Amino acid sequence: MTQTIEKSQKRTKKILTGNHAAAHAFRQARVGVISAYPITPQSPVVEKVSEFVATGKMQAKFVRVESEHSALAVCCAASATGSRVGTATSAHGLELMYEMLPWASGNRLPIIINLATRALGAPWSVWTDHQDFMTVRDVGWIQMFCENNQEIYDTNLQAFKIAEDPRVFLPAIVGYDGYILSHTMMPVILEDQEDVDDFLPPLKHHYNLSDISTVKGIDPVTTPHIVHRQEGTAPGYYEYRYSLQKSLENSIEIIKQVHDEFSQKFGRFYGNGIFKTYMTEDADVIIFAMGSVASQARNVVDKLRQKGEKVGLVSLKLFRPFPAEILRNFLKDYRNIIVFDRDIGYGHEGVLCYELKAALYGLQEPPYIKGFIIGLGGRDINDDQIIFGIKKGLKDSKERKFTSQTEFIGLKLDQLKDYDEKTYFDKEG
Amino acid sequence: MDLKEEEFIYPGTRACAGCGMALIYRIALKALGPKTILTVPASCLTVLHGMQGFCSTKLSVLHTPFATTGASASGIVASLDDKGLSDEICVVAFAGDGGTTDIGIQSLSGAAERGTNFIYACYDNEAYMNTGVQRSGSTPLGAFSTTTPMGKDGHKKNMPKILEAHGIPYVATACASYPLDLYEKFQKAREIKGPKYIHILAPCPPGWGYEPKDTIKIGRLAVETGFWPLYEIENGRMTLSRPSKKYSDEQKRKPIKEYLETQKRFKSLDNNTVQNYEQYINDLWSEVNQRLEREQE
Ligand SMILES: Cc1ncc(C[n+]2csc(CCOP(=O)(O)OP(=O)(O)O)c2C)c(N)n1
Ligand code: SF4
Ligand SMILES: [Mg+2]
Repeated sequence: MTQTIEKSQKRTKKILTGNHAAAHAFRQARVGVISAYPITPQSPVVEKVSEFVATGKMQAKFVRVESEHSALAVCCAASATGSRVGTATSAHGLELMYEMLPWASGNRLPIIINLATRALGAPWSVWTDHQDFMTVRDVGWIQMFCENNQEIYDTNLQAFKIAEDPRVFLPAIVGYDGYILSHTMMPVILEDQEDVDDFLPPLKHHYNLSDISTVKGIDPVTTPHIVHRQEGTAPGYYEYRYSLQKSLENSIEIIKQVHDEFSQKFGRFYGNGIFKTYMTEDADVIIFAMGSVASQARNVVDKLRQKGEKVGLVSLKLFRPFPAEILRNFLKDYRNIIVFDRDIGYGHEGVLCYELKAALYGLQEPPYIKGFIIGLGGRDINDDQIIFGIKKGLKDSKERKFTSQTEFIGLKLDQLKDYDEKTYFDKEG
Repeated sequence: MDLKEEEFIYPGTRACAGCGMALIYRIALKALGPKTILTVPASCLTVLHGMQGFCSTKLSVLHTPFATTGASASGIVASLDDKGLSDEICVVAFAGDGGTTDIGIQSLSGAAERGTNFIYACYDNEAYMNTGVQRSGSTPLGAFSTTTPMGKDGHKKNMPKILEAHGIPYVATACASYPLDLYEKFQKAREIKGPKYIHILAPCPPGWGYEPKDTIKIGRLAVETGFWPLYEIENGRMTLSRPSKKYSDEQKRKPIKEYLETQKRFKSLDNNTVQNYEQYINDLWSEVNQRLEREQE
């Protein structure tokens, strides 16, 4: 019998929600310490992991903290003590963690956060958009996004391997849309534990406080300068930050390698590990989107292709480090790109839109890029809206209209006619 | 009993001359010994630890953001548990009064409630010294700070009482001026399983406004006037520590004025405030005395 057949017999197929797919990935990654705090729509990750630990299916220590700030503080400390660690959160939880995010990356701790995305209050909303994911784009974490539950499981396993690579040593966020994936059942293949162990060997950390034979001071004060002393030389803050940035830049190559290794071993791949393409080869217009928006856009591509319209999709998987060069190379010969952001860089444009514009800067004949805001706070996104965006974008392209003014698709201001504070929403755009 | 000779802090730290905290830290580390991992939030103690790359202790120290000391200790303990090392290695959080009574109270409360096996030591210099003497929840009545230029309105928060309310096995108070007492308390805490809390008064020359040579004297006066009783609460039972025993008797206590007069931060205290202090100390002690009586029955 060949090895492949053995493998396929040992793997199991389960019907799982996105949250449970993440929990199974933690279990199979043999995470040693987990600390988390409940928040909708992430809570089932915490509950499932609790169950795994309580029933002995997982050997981890679960620290049931009193806040997300503490959850990530626990993760940081446990990671510095040499354990593989992970947590999960959404929106307000992530924002409460904020102080600890650059602490984790600055200390180069390979922590994994699963983020079931959710809109940020005020006003309260428990439904998805990508705003929470976007607000942490400048804290030095690797950020990846998923389109289905299998991808959540697979991306988690890859994320640990990437984060723990000695050339990287960085924390990573695995994002997926709240409810749309977090609470929706899909078939997920869970790989055989032996194969997972083989893919993801135990963590060999650069920190290990539990080894008391070597004394470590993590991480007292740095200065603006290099410090030279009799005992040795220590880097300044600036050098630390340089090293963080360069590791992020260099991680793109490693992220690709890990994805390739995963694909070879398990037979599933996600584009080049950086972005996924759909029907792009002969496309006249490219849709650029992430997560749930990209999933919806796949339908639209099918629909429009049936009518003979050459539409393709680029679904971004790796958001940080932003794969500018790879995108530039890939997109340079296309004429039109329509970006759909389920987020806003408030006061500017959709974040994906302006980042893509910047990434294509310097091309001789850059594609025309048009951005739309869509589906904030869980507003349904349908095919017609995306088709509308494509048509509008192509029209603007023809007219060579260049603007950073945002355009919202799917707004229903007309239904607010009787609302008391109607003027509040009555803005020309 | 003698203190161990081995030092765990290298000489020449960045603390001020006469720093009560530095003295406390030195004694505590001696009592804790080499199988210890420390975690420390933003504070004067961060400064004592000095630059990245030149750790001033012989023990590993994990620095952590201001509010997270209890959580940081929990993370270390969890990881040691995961490796089966938590009985061997003692995890000790060392934080200032601001990091303990104010911004870090939540994560400390969480760690205590979860039964985390660690020692939490609060050195109490009664203000945010690291950022230039701003008031904290532990600043005493009437004390000047840069954010209470007319003196602080209320009394200090009774943090040991708050920790005791968590039902943890060991709570103690101590003072920089009584190193042997301090040493014994850390030694004892090290042997107890579960959360241990030690709150130590740490006189601070620049913050309190006195000469560095007077640190010991001033810490003693805090105890001798009855302002800072030294005690232990083991599994809910209180015992007065030797230096504080005789101050159960009101007659033996020195007048609080003698303590207040030694420090510039109390310069503008009026008589009302002094009387308020006398009442405060009487109340404090009648509570202690009643409790001791009750527990003896
Ligand atoms: C979130 C956050 N807020 C504020 C600060 C600034 N800060 C650093 S140390 C400190 C005061 C520390 O006071 P305390 O805990 O009493 O220790 P001490 O400096 O007196 O030793 C403050 C306010 C910080 N580091 N982090
Ligand atoms: S300010 Fe006070 S507590 Fe801080 S180092 Fe100086 S003496 Fe010590
Ligand atoms: Mg203080």
